[in-house]
Amino acid sequence: MRVDLSVNGATHALEVEPRMSLLDCLRERLLLTGTHAGCEHGVCGACTVLIDGAPARSCLIFAVQADGYEITTIEGVTPGPGELSPVQDAFCETHGMQCGYCTPGMILTAHALLAGNPAPTRAQIVEAISANLCRCTGYAQIVEAIALAAERIRGLNEPAVKP
Amino acid sequence: MLADGDEMRIIAGGQTLVPLMAMRLARPKRLIDIARIPDLAFVRKEDGSVTIGATTRQCVVEYDPVVRAELPLLAKVLPFVGHAPIRSRGTIGGSLANADPAAEIVLVAVTLGATLIYQDGTRRVEVPASDFFLGPMLTAMPATGCLVAARFPIWREARVGVGFQEVNARASDFAFASAAAQIALDETGICRRAALGIGAITPCPLRLDGIAEALIGTRPDQAGVRAAVESALADIEPLSDLHASAGYRRRAAAALAARAVIEAYAAAKAAEDAHAR
Amino acid sequence: MSAAKTFRFVSSDRRVREDRRFVAGKGRFAADIVLPGTRHVAVVTCPYPAARILRVDKAQALALSGVHYVVEGRELAAATAPLLAGLDTPKVPRRPLAVDVARYAGEWVAAVVAESRALAEDAAELVQVAYEPLPFVLDGEEAYAPGSPVVHAEHGTNVLLDRTFVWGEVEKDFAQSPHRLSLQVKWSRSATVPIETFAVLASWDPWREILDVFASVQMPRFPDQVALALKLPGSSVRVYNDVDVGGSYGVKRGIKHAVLAGYLSRRLGFPVRLVEDRLENMRGGDAHGPERNFDIEAAFDDAGVIRSMKMRALDNVGAYAGRSPFQLGKPIGAIVGPYRIKSVQYQAIAVTTNKTVQEAVRAFGQSPTNFAIERAIEAVGRHRGIDRLEVRRRNLIRAHEFPYLIPSGTSYDSGDYHAVIDKVLARADYGELRAERDRLRAEGLLAGIGIAACLEPSGANSTFEPLLNPKNETTTYTDSCRINVDVGGAVTATIHTLSAGQGHETLAATVIGEVLEIDPDRIRVVRPDSLSSLPSQSPVGSRMAIMLGGAAFHAAQKLKARLLAIGAHDLAIPLERAAYERGDVFDRTRPERRRSYGGLVTIAHRHFHRLPSGTEPGLAFTHIMQVPTGGQLPSADGRVQMYPCFAFEFHLLLMTIDAELGRPKIRRYIVGHDCGTVINPKIVRGMTMGGIAHGIGAALYEEFAYNADGQLVAQSFMDYLLPSAHEVPPVEIVEHVTPSPHTVFGQKGSGESGYLGAPAAIASAVNDALQPLGIELNSLPIKIAQLGDLIAAAKEKRTCNDR
Repeated sequence: MRVDLSVNGATHALEVEPRMSLLDCLRERLLLTGTHAGCEHGVCGACTVLIDGAPARSCLIFAVQADGYEITTIEGVTPGPGELSPVQDAFCETHGMQCGYCTPGMILTAHALLAGNPAPTRAQIVEAISANLCRCTGYAQIVEAIALAAERIRGLNEPAVKP
Repeated sequence: MLADGDEMRIIAGGQTLVPLMAMRLARPKRLIDIARIPDLAFVRKEDGSVTIGATTRQCVVEYDPVVRAELPLLAKVLPFVGHAPIRSRGTIGGSLANADPAAEIVLVAVTLGATLIYQDGTRRVEVPASDFFLGPMLTAMPATGCLVAARFPIWREARVGVGFQEVNARASDFAFASAAAQIALDETGICRRAALGIGAITPCPLRLDGIAEALIGTRPDQAGVRAAVESALADIEPLSDLHASAGYRRRAAAALAARAVIEAYAAAKAAEDAHAR
Repeated sequence: MSAAKTFRFVSSDRRVREDRRFVAGKGRFAADIVLPGTRHVAVVTCPYPAARILRVDKAQALALSGVHYVVEGRELAAATAPLLAGLDTPKVPRRPLAVDVARYAGEWVAAVVAESRALAEDAAELVQVAYEPLPFVLDGEEAYAPGSPVVHAEHGTNVLLDRTFVWGEVEKDFAQSPHRLSLQVKWSRSATVPIETFAVLASWDPWREILDVFASVQMPRFPDQVALALKLPGSSVRVYNDVDVGGSYGVKRGIKHAVLAGYLSRRLGFPVRLVEDRLENMRGGDAHGPERNFDIEAAFDDAGVIRSMKMRALDNVGAYAGRSPFQLGKPIGAIVGPYRIKSVQYQAIAVTTNKTVQEAVRAFGQSPTNFAIERAIEAVGRHRGIDRLEVRRRNLIRAHEFPYLIPSGTSYDSGDYHAVIDKVLARADYGELRAERDRLRAEGLLAGIGIAACLEPSGANSTFEPLLNPKNETTTYTDSCRINVDVGGAVTATIHTLSAGQGHETLAATVIGEVLEIDPDRIRVVRPDSLSSLPSQSPVGSRMAIMLGGAAFHAAQKLKARLLAIGAHDLAIPLERAAYERGDVFDRTRPERRRSYGGLVTIAHRHFHRLPSGTEPGLAFTHIMQVPTGGQLPSADGRVQMYPCFAFEFHLLLMTIDAELGRPKIRRYIVGHDCGTVINPKIVRGMTMGGIAHGIGAALYEEFAYNADGQLVAQSFMDYLLPSAHEVPPVEIVEHVTPSPHTVFGQKGSGESGYLGAPAAIASAVNDALQPLGIELNSLPIKIAQLGDLIAAAKEKRTCNDR
C-alpha cells in the first residue's frame, strides 16, 4: 500500500506492507533509528513519537494509518548536528538516563509536556512520564531534567538587564 | 464490508487491537480503519443527553467542555484510562465495543444507563447499556455491526457530584475492582438521586440500583454504604484470578463503592446549583 | 588512601559524556546496525513444559516465498559444541535449540530465516513439530525430593549442586547459645528485564574467515564462548564493543542467540539478525533471575547478638545450567552480611525444573541473600523484644574492626556502618518519623517503618567457580586499558567491553585526567573490537570503577612516568629532580627549566636522538590488571577471598498500607550509601536510584509466575509489572565515604546499589505495618490482594477472638 508520511517536516512517499507498524517504518524505511522497540504491545513507551505534537505509541499505529499527521521523532527535536535542545541539554545536565534506550521517548514526552505546560509540578511531570518505562534510572534524574528544562525555557529570552 | 467475511476487523484507535495482533492472538486478514470517518467523531449535546461519536478520541472527550459540564462522571474517569499516549489514539467507541469489564468508560456507561448505537448493514440499532454488555469482551452487537455512537443521559438536578475509585497493581493498570458514583443533592444536602456501579469484579460491570435507591432521602455514610454493598454482593461470585481472589474483589468493591459515594457526596455539596447558572 | 584527599576531577559533578548521543537518539544499539543482505530469524518454541520432539516438518515453512532456511536442534548440535556450563555437569548439555527433548515451555526448537522478521514469524507458525508430552516438575523443593520427574534423564537427578560448607564451630556455637530460632524466607522469580530485548547481528566473512558479531551483550568471555561453540578459533570471532546495550543489569548473556545467528550466517552466507520480541524474551530468552527458598536458623544470646547461623538456600535454576548456580556461590563472600556472626553453616542447592533458564541478575544472588539475612535479624529482635535498629547495632561490625575476616574466608576491606546509620537517622529525624508512623496509625491506616542494612560486594572475582567446581581452577579476573598519545599530543584510551549505560567512557576519562592532570573532556575513549582488545571480564559484579578505573589509572601512571623520564633526560637532571605538572616536566630546583607537554610528545614520536637509551618511541601504554586481593584458590574447607571491596547501604522508609484494599504506599525513602570514593556523583546517584526501583519491583510488583500446566503466565508487560514513575517514590540519598585500601582512589563499586537492600527494607516496612495484626510475611513479592486477604483474615480472627 502506498502512504505519504510527514516526518520531522519532510514528506516521504512510501510503499509498505499494510501490517508494517509506524515504528518499523520509521526505523527500517526511513532509517530513523532513534525510536526504539521495547515491547511492541503498547506498554513501555520506548517507541514514543509525537503525532501532531502529542505523544503516541508508534508500535500501535500502522504506517498506512499515519498519513495526514505531523510526525515528530527524536531526530526532529534535535536542532542540528551536534546541537541539543534545552530539553536534551537538561537531560545531560542531570544525567537523566543511563543506557539511553527509553531516552528518546522520555525527551519527546518532555517536549510535549512543556509545550503545553511551561511550569509543571513534580506530580505533573511524573504523570507525563508514567507512560514511559525506564529500568535504569529509577526516574529521579529524569524528573529533575524536565524540571530543569522547564526552568531554563522559562528563562530564555529574558533580558539580562531588567528595566 | 463486514458482512463479506469474518476475517475483517474494524480498527479505530488500535490501542487494544494492535497489541493483540502483534502477539498474533488476533489475526484479521483485513482491517477497516474507521478513525477518519468524519461523521463518527463528535460530541453533541441534545435534549437531555450528550451523544459521543464512536471514533472520538478519548483525549478529545477528556478535555471537551460539554463533557466536563454535562457528563462529569465520564470526565472524572478519563484520566484513569491507560496513559495519555493511549488516550491520544484510543477512542470512546473502541473501549465500549471491546467491553472489558475493568474498563472505566464501560463502567460509566453502565452506571449512567447510557445507550449504545450501532450500525449493522443499513440497520441502526440502539441498545441500553444493561443489555449491551453481556460478558468479558462480549457485547450484543453482531460481528457485522459497527458501533457509531454512545448517548449518555444528562442529570438536570442541582448539585451533582461524582466519585470514582479503583484499585490496581500500578496506577493505570486494569483495575481489580472499581466503583463509580453520581449523586445529586437538594439544597439541604440530602440525596435526591444516585447512581452506583461496580467494575472489574464480574463479567460485566454491575449497576447497584437497589443501593442507589436506598441512598435517596439520606445523607450517605461510608460504613453504611460499605455494608450495604457487601451484602448486595454476597450472592455474587466475583472473579478470582492470579491478581486477586474473589473474596478480595468483593471486599475491595464494597470499600471502593463506599469511598466513591462519599467522594460524590462531598463533590455535590461543594457544587454550585446548576440551575442558578 | 586518605578520606580527606581532594581530587581535581574525581568526585566532581561532571556530565556523563555518553549522554550526548543518547539524547539525540544517536545511540548505536544492536538492532540499529544495518548490513546489506541481512535476513531475519524467528524461533519456533515448544508449547509444553517437557516433551520429546518426535518430528520437525519444515516443508510448509520452506514453501513460503521469502523463506530461506529452517534449522532444528539436531543439525545445529552436529555443527556446534554445547554452551559452557559453570558447574561440572557434563550430562546437562545446553544448546541454542532443543535436541530430542524440550525442557520448558518456550524453549527454542527450531529457527526460521526469512527476508523479513514478519515473514519469518509467518513461516515459524508453519513449522510442524510433533511432540510427545512428558512429565514435568516446576517446584524447586519437589524437584529436589526423590521421585520427582527428572529434567535431564542422563544426569539422573535434578540436583546440579548440593554442597554444605561449615565455617567455624557451628554446632558448638549453637549448643552454647541460650536461644535459637528458625524461619523460612522465599524470593520468587523475577529479573531485571531491560527495555531493550536481546539482539544480535552476525555476519560471516568467508574471505577473511571472521565472524562479525554485533550484540547487546554483557557477558564475560562472550567472544571466546561464541568461538568455542562454533568450533572456530578465538581469532575468528570479532565482537564489537562499541554497540550500546539498552540495559542489562546482568541478564544479557545472549550466548544461545549469538551461536544460533553465527551458525546460520556461516551456513547461509549472509548476515543474520535475531532480535527477540518481548514474548520470546520473557519466555525463552533465558533471562530469569533467582527463585530461592531459604531455611535459616540463628543462634543468639539474651542481648540478641547472633553467634552462629545455618542457612539452606535452594534455587530453582530452570531447565538448564548456565552460570546461574554460581549465584548461590557469590553470596558466600558476604554470607554474614554486615554482622559479626562467628560461625556459619551454608548449604547451597541448585536444582533443575521445567522452567525458563535462570541467568545472572544484578548482584548475582546477593540481594535474595541480604533479604534472608535481614528477615532473620528482625526475627531475632522480635524474639528478644529488642528494637529492630538496636538489634542491628549490636550485631554490626564496628568501624575499628576493619579489615574484617568473615567465617567463609573473605575479608571486608573497610566501612563504618554505625556512622552511616547515624547520618540517615539524623537526616530522617527518626524520632519524628516514628511519631509520623504513630499518627498515621491513629488515623486508621496500617503504617510501618522499614529498615535494612546490607552490603554490596564489589570488584568481582570468580572464585566461586573453583569453590563450587574444583575442576575449574580460575583465579584470574582482569580488566585492562590502553592509552595512546598521538604525535600531536591527543590522548586516546580504550575500553575492551560493551557498556549498558554505566558511564565507563566518562569513568576512564576522569581517572586518566586525574592522573595526567588534564581535563578529562580532552581524553578520547574508544572501544576496539574483541580482536583488538585486551582481556576484560565485562561490567559484572559491580567491578568497573575498581577494575577499569584501576587499569586506566595504572596505564596513565606509566605514561606519566615516561614523560618524566623523557623530560629528565632532556633536561639532563636526575629523575628525582623532575616534577610533573599538567603534562609539563620541570626541574624541581629550577622550575623555569621545563619541557612542555607538546615538546615531550614530539621527542617521543619524532626525536629518537633525544630519548633515553633503551626507550621505545611513541607513547603507548597498557595495563592489564588482576583483581585486588584475588589470585588464590579456595582452601580445603571452602574458604576463599571472594570480592575485594564492600560498599554499604542503609535503607529507611515509611510506608502506609490501606487496610481495606491492601495497597501499600511509600511515603518517605532515605538511603545511606557508602561506596568509598565516588568517581562521578551523577553516575553513582543514578545507579542507586535505579537499583531501588528494581528493588521495589522485585518486592511489590514483579513475578515470573507459572500456572500448573507449566506455562509462564507473565509473558508480556501487561502481566509482568515494571514500576513506572508513579511506583517509585522520591528517594533521599545520604552519602558517606570510607575509602577502600585496595583501590587507586579508594573507590568501591556501586552498580548494584539500592537493589541490594530495597527488597529487604520494603519487607521490613510491610512487616512493621502488619505487626499489630500479628501477620508476618517472609516471601516476595508482596502483592496488594494478598495483603488485603491477610489483613481481612487477621481482623476476622480478631473479631472472633473478641466475641
